[in-house]
Amino acid sequence: MKSANLNKMTPYFFIAPAGVVLALGLLYPIAYMVYASFLDWNPSQLIGEADWVGFKNYSNLWVDEAFKESMWVTLKFAFIVVSIEIVIGLGLALLLDRNIRGISALRTIFILPMMIAPIVVGLMWRYMYHPSVGIFNRTLKDLGFESIPWLSDSTWSLVSIIIADVWQWTPFIFILCLAALQSLPRSTLEAARIDGANAWQQALYIKIPLMMPVLIVTLLLRLIDAFKVLEVILVMTNGGPGLSTEIMALRISRTASEFRELGAAAAMSNYLLMMLLLLTISMFLYNKFVEQRRQKMLALAEGG
Amino acid sequence: MPVITFKGLKKSYGPVEVIHDIDLVMEDNEFTVFVGPSGCGKSTTLRMVAGLESVTAGQILMDGKEISHLEPIDRDIAMVFQDYALYPHMNVEKNMSFGLRLAKYPKAEISKRVNSVADMLGLKPLLHRKPGQLSGGQRQRVAMGRALVRDSSTLLMDEPLSNLDAKLRVQMRAELAIMREKIDKNIIYVTHDQVEAMTLGDRIVVMQDGYIQQHGTPQQLFETPANKFVAGFMGMPPMNFMDAMLVEESGSLMANGEGFSFQLNTLKNKHHLPASGEVILGIRPSALTPALAGDDSIENTLTLPIKICEYAGALSVLISEIKGSRVSIEVDSKNNFKAGDNIKFSVKPSDVYVFDRNTELAIY
Repeated sequence: MKSANLNKMTPYFFIAPAGVVLALGLLYPIAYMVYASFLDWNPSQLIGEADWVGFKNYSNLWVDEAFKESMWVTLKFAFIVVSIEIVIGLGLALLLDRNIRGISALRTIFILPMMIAPIVVGLMWRYMYHPSVGIFNRTLKDLGFESIPWLSDSTWSLVSIIIADVWQWTPFIFILCLAALQSLPRSTLEAARIDGANAWQQALYIKIPLMMPVLIVTLLLRLIDAFKVLEVILVMTNGGPGLSTEIMALRISRTASEFRELGAAAAMSNYLLMMLLLLTISMFLYNKFVEQRRQKMLALAEGG
Repeated sequence: MPVITFKGLKKSYGPVEVIHDIDLVMEDNEFTVFVGPSGCGKSTTLRMVAGLESVTAGQILMDGKEISHLEPIDRDIAMVFQDYALYPHMNVEKNMSFGLRLAKYPKAEISKRVNSVADMLGLKPLLHRKPGQLSGGQRQRVAMGRALVRDSSTLLMDEPLSNLDAKLRVQMRAELAIMREKIDKNIIYVTHDQVEAMTLGDRIVVMQDGYIQQHGTPQQLFETPANKFVAGFMGMPPMNFMDAMLVEESGSLMANGEGFSFQLNTLKNKHHLPASGEVILGIRPSALTPALAGDDSIENTLTLPIKICEYAGALSVLISEIKGSRVSIEVDSKNNFKAGDNIKFSVKPSDVYVFDRNTELAIY
């Protein structure tokens, strides 16, 4: 009896070390952050010395114009970059899903931007956007156009960081789309050709609908990532000019280090966390929905 | 319906030629079956007709008009794929009407056509289901329906029954034969199953290694195979082959082998026989009949040791061995032969096929 009990416990013994690491490494910091978000806490204080303020940090943020602005910038940035990246990434994948000589080299080149460290990407683009020595303005000048205030104008600076992000992350969508395209059933596409679909109609009526599950997961992954973006923008604009490119991650970091309000920063992080959680849960639910529908169809097919 | 002609048709993948110079005429309203072992080039040939594979050299003509390099849609063909290739995100109705919708047919015309084909194939109750909600046989029928709705003159089928289980395959084969009577179309059908070829085809084209070995009616191929390959491929269980030497004995032609000596006096084209006398004899399992005890008047006899008796209901297949090669005999199960028996069989001289051992061509 005793040994049977022991046997039942065995799996838990094996899981225990990982469980401990998970609890310490993941749950403890999160709990710490959640706890801190209820405090009026200055970095010079020990956490125990900070005053308990309840939900004040959270409610304050609702009337904080700068926070609302950065939330708006983040949403704008995330949805614009992801939309552009999906369109270009999917378009490129549809275009390059064929056997042309040298295509594999081309594919590798496309993936390069993703492999570069974000800080380097930020620096690279900052130099290219440089008002007088940057390649963009020099080229414009050589061609006789007026130079553009890439990073110093509040409208252009958002455009500039969008361009940099699109450059870096389109390949991610491209390779996922390409993989999805290449796993589509060949004969279904051939059937569409026999049915008279041209390349455009094949993409629109057959390929894209069949890629939908991959596209939706890719979209959500990219959205989650775009909400958290920090380094590239930090290096390029540091949120400026004004608050025009101050995305939430940047706002949080500034609130903590510049304004020395750890409690408010923690509350902001929790808002961001909740937003991302919402996205993650919707992705999870979507997958579950697809799986359930598949099961239902299978059951129907076997019954019929 | 058009006459389809291949003129010197060739297909190469890089330096490798897989279809070698095929000439063939498929008559108006004919059900032509391409049959052969896998890799023989039959599917490639069909896909060239469909326009899914490019033609390396030669021509495909439809009523004299060259179609070799046209897009599939301009060829007046429809196709049924081995794995059905249905559009998984569209319901049955949308699957069947996809081609018509692309061609911008009026809605009323589309629904009229879809309904009449759905009626014929019994798909009416399934029109709003998606392929994932259909069984294998139903999917197969939808694939057929999608091809029929197009109303093209020629229907191409690439092993349409091979993804079905054995029982369903026999059932669908019969349905296909019935459907065939109702529609007025050229059909080109690819299969590796010689039973399907024999039962469905008006004409069978036997292919091997990218060459046409022989074409003709099922009866012609079965009764007068052109070579050893065709003889061995058509018919189940397959023809038995044994080596023999030809000799003239007192005016009659004899084929002598290990344990037998057959008279071949029905042979007409004796001048085609190899000078060396080396031949392969072919005897169908059904042509060997148990010789009655005491009857010595039969000339061509062969005594075989039975290794295995495969009971299959009314008929049994006896497996024997002669000089290391397998010999099967189809007998009435009432004979009650058992493994271990030594049985004397007789064969009519006209049932013995003779093949040149070097060229493997049949000599009649």
